[in-house]
Amino acid sequence: MSAGFTAPSATSGYDDAQPRMGFFTDTSVCIGCKACEVACKEWNDIPATLFEFSGKSYDNTVGLGADVWRHVAFIEQRVPRIQEAALSGVFTEERPGEGGEGGLADFRWLMSSDVCKHCTTASCLDVCPTGALFKTEFATVVVQEDICNGCGYCIPACPYGVIDQRKDDGRAWKCTLCYDRLKGDLEPACAKACPTDSINFGPLEAMERMAAERLDTVMAAHVPGAQLYGDGPSGGMDGVGSLFLLLDQPEVYGLPPDPVAVTKHVGQLWRAAAVAGAALVGAAVASFAGVRR
Amino acid sequence: MSGAPVSGVSPALAGDGRVQTSDSYYGLPIINEPVWTWEIPVYFFTGGLAAGSALLAPLADRSGLGELAQAARRVGAAAALASPPLLIADLGRPERFHHMLRIVRPTSPMSVGSWVLAVFVPAQLGGALLAELDILPGLRRLAESVAAALAPVMGTYTAVLFANTSVPIWHEARTELPLIFAGGSAASAGAAALLVAPVDQTEPARRFALLGGLAELVGTQLMQRRLDELAEPYQEGEASTWSHRATGLTVAGSVLLGLGRGGRGSRRGLALAGAASMLAGAMCERWAVYRAGFASARDPKYTVKPQRERIERMNGSDSG
Repeated sequence: MSAGFTAPSATSGYDDAQPRMGFFTDTSVCIGCKACEVACKEWNDIPATLFEFSGKSYDNTVGLGADVWRHVAFIEQRVPRIQEAALSGVFTEERPGEGGEGGLADFRWLMSSDVCKHCTTASCLDVCPTGALFKTEFATVVVQEDICNGCGYCIPACPYGVIDQRKDDGRAWKCTLCYDRLKGDLEPACAKACPTDSINFGPLEAMERMAAERLDTVMAAHVPGAQLYGDGPSGGMDGVGSLFLLLDQPEVYGLPPDPVAVTKHVGQLWRAAAVAGAALVGAAVASFAGVRR
Repeated sequence: MSGAPVSGVSPALAGDGRVQTSDSYYGLPIINEPVWTWEIPVYFFTGGLAAGSALLAPLADRSGLGELAQAARRVGAAAALASPPLLIADLGRPERFHHMLRIVRPTSPMSVGSWVLAVFVPAQLGGALLAELDILPGLRRLAESVAAALAPVMGTYTAVLFANTSVPIWHEARTELPLIFAGGSAASAGAAALLVAPVDQTEPARRFALLGGLAELVGTQLMQRRLDELAEPYQEGEASTWSHRATGLTVAGSVLLGLGRGGRGSRRGLALAGAASMLAGAMCERWAVYRAGFASARDPKYTVKPQRERIERMNGSDSG
């Protein structure tokens, strides 16, 4: 890790910066209605995705991508797995089923609406060679569709698998955290449409407080596997704008357990390239040793 | 708030330490795989070839090997000429290629590379053109010096570009990839010059190719050792086929080039076969790295494993 390095995404430099806005998605009250997916598509005029049967529970959307900016995951869990999930949650000392009222159910649904994390140090933005990706005054990360030339660098850079290329269009697309709605003092379409307040939106500080309070509540209710997900300021992404309350480990929901922004290693990378480049010059010079005539 | 539970058993690494499929979302990938098509690895080859040639030409010139210099200039010019069209063709919006030059961004190797390429290609082509026309020797030397100065970046930044992604097999190999790509650059430029130049001037090109091949082979071994279990795509599946081809061709090319020293008569045949083998090896190596990235991105276990290990290490250092 290169000390003192500041990624361009971490310093957005607005004079009239707004408070940082973000999501708190409380998956413990998600009912899997997919209203968020529909509202997002409607508001943002996202092309329809193929109507296919995936065979993955009720999830036929499968994952985030160019045309999916909110994705509801469905996980069906039975008992041994629920016990394992419980071990990863906030009750690590208490064996599941011993302390809770009535013990563990033998089956449960996990449903979770995934979205762009709007990272503090956003890898997509930091590798973008055109400046198409930028930080808004709300500290969210947005692609400018009139700038993006479809180089595709942001796609494998994102550690969450959020951004992708729209095939017939060539450009990269992802959640804008409804930048247009935010500018008009409206909450994002997904949060507006959510009927159970699983998707909460507001200043990130308020979201953090809400997440901590919710964790206390579900802990008191002995919900197995409850844990907060969302990189903190000292984490690999230097913090994110989308927080989650999950009921199992992140990877069960298709989320990376401990992502690190790619550009955290960029100094190390350029140094390795400098050494290799110097070796290349050295090899060329050495090849001519003794042949001068 | 942390990205991971601060304590507790990690079922992901329980048992034999192998990541289990039950710890993924239906085995679906966590990261999105690259959308780059064949043009990118082919450009990595042509860009490396151009970089190596840009170093060979002025050095040959200064050593009085005029025909070797000419061969390196022609190879370099051809490779430089092919590079920008390959990159532009890969864009989702090719007509917006010039948006690459809106900003300068050191955290984006593609931004750095675009700027380097924008100077390197005209310098390389201009130098070669002036040499062919045999005019303005001062300007020619300036152009060649600019190209040679940028060559170390040209030959290695492509490795930084791949490594600066969340693809585990690229990102975790970040210290070795530049060496492998620089090796491929030297191997291909030396081999190509050897094929084109008259036999009595090819000795430096032969040495350059041999050193490059050695760097490629050593770098590949170091990379696979560091990647450990993450190197699986280089050992099984489609990418492994290309990786084995690359190693075989580079080893064979090195042996033939070693035997083809002096380059007269039948030895000339050995040297030429060795050069062709080196060129093919350098291309296969780029292709193997490119394809391995897709296999690595597709399976969530490669993404989860290093992250879980990091969490374990952090928890270990917290309690101890």
